[in-house]
Amino acid sequence: MEFRAYVVRRLFLIIPVLFGVSLLIFGVLQLFSPVERASLYVTDPRQLAHLDHIIELYGLDQPVWTQYGTWINQVIHGNLGWSKVVSMPVIDAMANFLPATLELALFAAPLIIVGGIFLGSKAAAHKDKMADHATRLAAIIGWSLPTFWLGLMLLMVFYGYFSGLLPPERLSTQMNVLVHSGSFIQYTGLHVIDAILNGNVPVLLDSLRHLVLPVITLTVVNLAFIMRLMRSSMLESLGKGYILTARAKGLDENTVVKKHARRNAMIPVLTVSGYIFAAIVNGVVITETIFNYKGLGWWAWQSAVHLDIPSVLGFALFNGILFVLTNLVVDLLYARIDPRVRLGEQAR
Amino acid sequence: MTELRFWLYQARKNPLSLVGIAIVLIFVIIAILAPFLAPPPEGHIDAYQIPRDGYSPTPKPPSQEYKFGTTQGQYDIFYGVIWGTRSAFKVGLLVIGMVLVIGILLGSIAGYFGGLVDEIIMRITDIFMAFPPLILAMAITVALGPSLNSVIIALTLVSWPIYTRLIRGDILTVREEDYVEAARGVGSSHLRIIARHILPNSIYPTLIMASLDIGAVVLSAAALSFLGLGAPEGYADWGQMIQFSRNWIVGPPGNPLAYWYTVTIPGLFILFFVLGWNLLGDAFRDILDPRLAKR
Repeated sequence: MEFRAYVVRRLFLIIPVLFGVSLLIFGVLQLFSPVERASLYVTDPRQLAHLDHIIELYGLDQPVWTQYGTWINQVIHGNLGWSKVVSMPVIDAMANFLPATLELALFAAPLIIVGGIFLGSKAAAHKDKMADHATRLAAIIGWSLPTFWLGLMLLMVFYGYFSGLLPPERLSTQMNVLVHSGSFIQYTGLHVIDAILNGNVPVLLDSLRHLVLPVITLTVVNLAFIMRLMRSSMLESLGKGYILTARAKGLDENTVVKKHARRNAMIPVLTVSGYIFAAIVNGVVITETIFNYKGLGWWAWQSAVHLDIPSVLGFALFNGILFVLTNLVVDLLYARIDPRVRLGEQAR
Repeated sequence: MTELRFWLYQARKNPLSLVGIAIVLIFVIIAILAPFLAPPPEGHIDAYQIPRDGYSPTPKPPSQEYKFGTTQGQYDIFYGVIWGTRSAFKVGLLVIGMVLVIGILLGSIAGYFGGLVDEIIMRITDIFMAFPPLILAMAITVALGPSLNSVIIALTLVSWPIYTRLIRGDILTVREEDYVEAARGVGSSHLRIIARHILPNSIYPTLIMASLDIGAVVLSAAALSFLGLGAPEGYADWGQMIQFSRNWIVGPPGNPLAYWYTVTIPGLFILFFVLGWNLLGDAFRDILDPRLAKR
């Protein structure tokens, strides 16, 4: 099959999935009474006093299918309801909190992927030696660590014991005031990048200092996962015929491992990168909660604790759509890299 | 039975899996002996409710009376972690049990009959798997009202698609085998073919791997409890005990580690519980099925 044909086919396939995603969220929504559901359509706190108007206006006592039509129409127009926790529309809240989370994820994701690939292939290349056993044990312990506990233990040591060395939250109070003052221009909302663009060294150092622990917390568990995957994939790859050929040609071991084995072993890691995305999102909620790091995850937690339905469902919907799109990109990349995927489709 | 002996033999060769078995056994013993290790005080109605010693907000360090100290609000940590082991097994076993029932039911229908039914069931799994699991579980828990039962239902709802797919895949591999054809030829009913011929020959590896996922289930449940969406306050639950410790990470000036026990002890229980199951899972993954080994 042509690559282009594969892309078109794959693009069509996400339509029913996205429809299903919206149905599932709508289904969860139906567990609530019309009064509770009315808060979805509130865009201004003053409207909260007239919920019966909203119920009538949006037909919340109408048959389910009519309601789904109204709801999906609102969602498409960007109305996800009112977030009580931060007193603004859900869509604005998400836009507000996204940069903080993005900053966290942009630091953690490369560490997880590059670190996992590196350590995993090292372990496989030294199979059954000390280095292998050590990394395997570390990986399985890391994989079993409760993220929330790891974060708190790190805080206990690096914030408590080393009195304030690596603090929670996103910025210290003083820097926070500075960032929100007129002299500091927020280009992206990502403090590290903004600080560089503004040429402001104190803000840069302060935001980096606040990022260390959350990034470690987010990284460890997922790094362990990639490492284990990479190790087994690398072992399989090292046993293949082309490795034997490469060695027989007289290539040095370094080239064999790095060029021949590792590149092929990375394909399974690519296929789970969608999963890594999901794991980072899961981890973000917990990590941001622990460190009081005000991003999307923190907001989702606050909303969940305060039973703020529109926010929790809006966040879930947002993540569902994002996850579907991530998987789409992964599949397309995979087909691009490995032609067998496309040919397999044809054979069937 | 011979197969079981072969697995046990394989497991013995891997020392880490022995450590895993030992850890899991210790937790099983703790759960069974909970009433003797941490007897509920007299007149205590619900044994899962942690007894408290007053209402003082400041945690108390380990002492003769409270071996692991107390949390904020004076909940006994020792009692909490011991009975928390029972809650952990309860959540883990219930979720895995329900997931397997759903998985076997839907997986065999999809795999055996194929066609439109298969397509519908698989598209539904697609939709559930289109969400990061913890996020969907959070939304469902909030929708059902935060409680331990909601956590159990939510975790079941987010985990069933994976097992349904695995079991369906297992069934597809044996569906066209000669002995299945033979059973069909002598006129066995669909139910009999599935229950007597297909399932016993295909799903054991998946069943075992699934049951070893108890650790992962308990970890997710603890995370939801930590976020404040799980058991009611004072219920013996590891995740909640860590939530209690959140405000006590840093001690008073001069003694920053003063309240170390509030967070460290419940956390170690979760860590070892999950580690035990993961070590077992790791060993069995290599032994049972090269297909799962790559997962």
